[in-house]
Amino acid sequence: MEFKLSEKEEAFKSEVEAFLKKELPPKWPEMSTHWPGGYGSLESTNEEAVKAAFTFRRRLAEKGWLTISWPKEFGGEEHSYMEQAIFDERVSYYRAPGMGIATGIAGPTILRFGSDENKQDWVQTIAKGEIEMWLGYSEPNSGSDLAGIQTTAVDDGDDFIINGQKIWGTIAHLADYAWLIAVTDSEAPRHRNASLFIVDNKTPGVTIRPIINILGIHSFNEVFFDNVRVPKRNMIGEKNMGFYYMMTALDFERLMVGIGGFKRLFEQFIEYVKQSEQDGSPLGKNHTVRKKLAEIAVKIEMVYIFFWRTASMLDKGLVPSVESSVLKLTATELSRALADVTMEILGPYGQLMGGSKDAQFRGMAPRGYLDCISATIGAGTSEIQRNIIAMRGLGLTKK
Amino acid sequence: MDLEFTKEQKILKSSARDFLKKECPSSVMREMKEDEKGYPEALWAKMADLGWLGVMVPEAYDGIGGNFMDLAIILEAMGEVCCPGPFFSTVVLGGLAILDAGSEEQKKLLLPKLANGDLILTLALSEPGAWYGTSVINVQAVADKDEYVINGTKLFVENAHIADYILCAARTDKGGSPDEGITLFLVDGKSKGITCTVLDTLAYDKQCEVVFDNVRVPADNIIGENGKAFSVLENLQEKAAVGKCAEMVGCIQTAFDMTVAYAKDRKQFGRPIGSFQAIQHHCANMVIDVDGARFITYQAAWKIAEGLPTSMEASMAKAWTSDASRRVTFLGHQIHGAISFCEEHDMHLYYRKAKAAEVAFGDGDYHLEKVAQQLGL
Amino acid sequence: MDFGFTKEQEAFRLEVREYIKTEMPQKWETLGYTVWEETDESWAITQEWNRKLGAKGWLALTWPEEYGGLGRSPVDQLILDEEMAAAGTPTGVETMITIGWVCPTIMLFGTDEQKKKYLPPAARGELTFCLGYSEPDAGSDLAAVSTAAVEDGDTFVVNGQKVWTSIAHRADYCWLAARTDPDAPKHKGVSMFVVDMKSPGITVRPLINILGFHSFNEVFFDNVIIPKESLVGEKNNGWYQLAIALDFERSGVGGPARMKQVIDGLVQYCKETKRNGTPLWKDKGVQQELARLAVDAEVLRLLCYRITWLQINKKTPNYEASVTKVFGSELLDRLSNVGMRILGPYSQLDRGSKWAQLHGGITRSYLNSPSMGIGGGTSEIQRSIIAMRGLGLPRK
Repeated sequence: MEFKLSEKEEAFKSEVEAFLKKELPPKWPEMSTHWPGGYGSLESTNEEAVKAAFTFRRRLAEKGWLTISWPKEFGGEEHSYMEQAIFDERVSYYRAPGMGIATGIAGPTILRFGSDENKQDWVQTIAKGEIEMWLGYSEPNSGSDLAGIQTTAVDDGDDFIINGQKIWGTIAHLADYAWLIAVTDSEAPRHRNASLFIVDNKTPGVTIRPIINILGIHSFNEVFFDNVRVPKRNMIGEKNMGFYYMMTALDFERLMVGIGGFKRLFEQFIEYVKQSEQDGSPLGKNHTVRKKLAEIAVKIEMVYIFFWRTASMLDKGLVPSVESSVLKLTATELSRALADVTMEILGPYGQLMGGSKDAQFRGMAPRGYLDCISATIGAGTSEIQRNIIAMRGLGLTKK
Repeated sequence: MDLEFTKEQKILKSSARDFLKKECPSSVMREMKEDEKGYPEALWAKMADLGWLGVMVPEAYDGIGGNFMDLAIILEAMGEVCCPGPFFSTVVLGGLAILDAGSEEQKKLLLPKLANGDLILTLALSEPGAWYGTSVINVQAVADKDEYVINGTKLFVENAHIADYILCAARTDKGGSPDEGITLFLVDGKSKGITCTVLDTLAYDKQCEVVFDNVRVPADNIIGENGKAFSVLENLQEKAAVGKCAEMVGCIQTAFDMTVAYAKDRKQFGRPIGSFQAIQHHCANMVIDVDGARFITYQAAWKIAEGLPTSMEASMAKAWTSDASRRVTFLGHQIHGAISFCEEHDMHLYYRKAKAAEVAFGDGDYHLEKVAQQLGL
Repeated sequence: MDFGFTKEQEAFRLEVREYIKTEMPQKWETLGYTVWEETDESWAITQEWNRKLGAKGWLALTWPEEYGGLGRSPVDQLILDEEMAAAGTPTGVETMITIGWVCPTIMLFGTDEQKKKYLPPAARGELTFCLGYSEPDAGSDLAAVSTAAVEDGDTFVVNGQKVWTSIAHRADYCWLAARTDPDAPKHKGVSMFVVDMKSPGITVRPLINILGFHSFNEVFFDNVIIPKESLVGEKNNGWYQLAIALDFERSGVGGPARMKQVIDGLVQYCKETKRNGTPLWKDKGVQQELARLAVDAEVLRLLCYRITWLQINKKTPNYEASVTKVFGSELLDRLSNVGMRILGPYSQLDRGSKWAQLHGGITRSYLNSPSMGIGGGTSEIQRSIIAMRGLGLPRK
């Protein structure tokens, strides 16, 4: 047992850190209003930030770090999971734009399961960071119960014809392609009836309608598919294997909890508290403030340990399905705890959004208060994570 | 980073578990609660044979020269069965104090005996009116020629009634601050003037009130420097807190395992109660508490073993594990229902033990305050 | 809306308070803290106290006079409960079972003979019931009872086993749920009986609880022959009657009243005690935790008042009793935990030790705490009731 990074890992960490400091715009920390764990306040929602993010991603691609996990034969870096974890940690710590759906999910899935055509068509463009994708999984009647999807893809000559509706589609309006799951065999049992597709947003019949989230930001979308023709070669891997691929892809996202963001935000808040007074005495001397912040510090430590545990299991070739649910659950609940604590400590000032001149802590707390709601819902609700832990982890049964 | 035990650690853990499962089933704790001494001597001798008592003692003093991680593994295994006896007070409190601060002569005299199972030690720290820490030390030790005369009352002294030596923290000097002027004495447990009263405690352990009435101790029996015990005690309490965490990890692991097994087995409404989401979510919450307690404890133990600064990690471990233990053992009761409210069921042994470990060397709130200090607040 | 009491009610409160002050047995104070700490001595004191109350008509205050009550309103009952709990008068689980659950059910479903036979002595404090509900395989799933009562001429023959039967070793009668139609769906084949605990074939075996007291029992029925008149209400309608009994539950206001006493005790303790040289009350954390508990106890008190309010308005409490049960048992757990944290290492010491604080009451309460969310329907079951019965959420 060892709770420290190896020398090689430390060196890699320093390299990542140096890169981030060099390549991120100096104003980036102020530009980013992302709340750790939340979905509602992505950096790509403000034009200047979108541009900066784009440039940064190109630099990442040049460095080869956009495909940090990919095999060398496809131009990847083939870093260990631990190194990917270190990378994710630092990237999220600096709130830098990291991997998206294309590089984080689509690329690795294609490399593993895709046909030769799939690889030819997509691998290089994804690796270079030239395209971005959105995740077409959820539907109005298929949220936690993903196997209940109703969007269909019907075989028609050289194409599939897609009909249906997807929802949430985070940043679909800024992406180029959908990474979409649709039913290809309505007779087959759940989980063995759907396939994955890449669908160009510009295909006729695709309508993207914005959903404004509770922060007032356009991050979500409803996307309608009305007789959308998709060439057969855009189906990923084999037909009806969609859910299997999707589940396997979970391995690639297990570490993507934005871990560093928690630490960074907490450090910044501690600084804020140290410099602030309340009713004439230092805020940091207030008993409740001290206790609450210490509790958060312990929770962050815990989530970090769960994070490293998941990475080291992956490197050992183990499947940390339960452990990553523990990570996801604790990280997202930390998102909420962090919001609650910052809001409670700020008291009435917690109401002031960033634009107000009296706003404290850049107005981050009220944003977090709103944004954290999405954390324990998106990518599998806390309830679903607990079910996974109980059933897969402990062998408790459904009936 | 490697969150798995090494091969040696795995062997130690599984052999410790196997040994205790066989030698120390829960019936032992039940028997020992009525026993005057509070531990089976045969079991103690076997622990000595296994090298457990000398786990931290260097080979030069007849020990096996292990590190704190090994100690934590043994403590965890003992926690799994609520193993009664003076292991903690002897090996952790007494042993580590001597190892850290004792003179060469003291080490030569005491450590081999300790490793061989011929010595029972304890630490007398808390006093009436003190909850945690060393902020209240009123027991006085006054120099008288080449002796010191100790007067005062200590509380919550584990196993003082059977201890060969009591390590007593006493004030030898008023000192400029409460931190100064504290000295650690090695007091023969059979000294004239010592009165031990075993307290009736929640976890059926043997914590004592110890009254020192003109107890004379040779000046040679000072451990460490005269008047400078504060930092020795701080250091010791940090390790002891992590040691208690390791016990708790074992304790809640068993409580948790029992509970999940019961949830699978017990049927109501024609199905196992573990198939109800309400129970499943309780169990999932327990997983987080148990896993979290385990790793945050191991992290602190590893840091101690590596000789790295551990104050932050130790306090984090004690804060989390103390609260997690309470939650886990309580949920254990809840899921078991009425059956676990019976004396003959084992769950309450763990519920009791968790509380005793929680209040030893600082509860969650106490350690959260220490975390806050180290955050720079 | 009116949170006040009438002049008469206030006067009654004073009368109760005065009565308790002069009549409450001194000895009790050093005895029971929780209902599970039952001993011969505590039983004797409780019985004596119940008889005194019974003689005044206060044991069954709301019952009609013909059955030994005074026909008073649920508000008077609430006042009485609140004052007695605040003073910590002698009480045991048998009072709640007998007066709170069983007798009101008999009043509703029993024959005139049954009412005459059981109610007046119960109201005088001379008769107690134990509850023959739970079985080894029928805990939360109470409808699964398998103890059988088979009709045989003028009698029923009872065979089976009950468990967790509080005070079975002392009670005069068992209020028994037994299966009378093994072929019917499980909710439809259960009947309720009153069984004399002295009947041949009944064996009571003690269970020792984790506080070390004998309060529960296993009760075995081996060909116990009981007369037909033992059946209460309609045959095979027992489940319905049993469910109705829940609605008779009193407000439960004793809970918050008792908790308030404990909180006040802790406050006093914090004022008088120095920890590491500093008065405990100066600890902001302690202050806040106690203040929060006081708020919670006040909320619980009002949730209990709501039940009485429903009763006086002839509305049947539905999920409301479950709300007070869940909130109350979890609040008691919080209270025990805060108390334990305040006492720190002293929390390990039981009454009897000279270093024990607050008579070891907090420690007892901590040990008792796991039972609160289990007995009388687990918190999980209560939450299901709130969700399904209260909010109409579907079962499937």
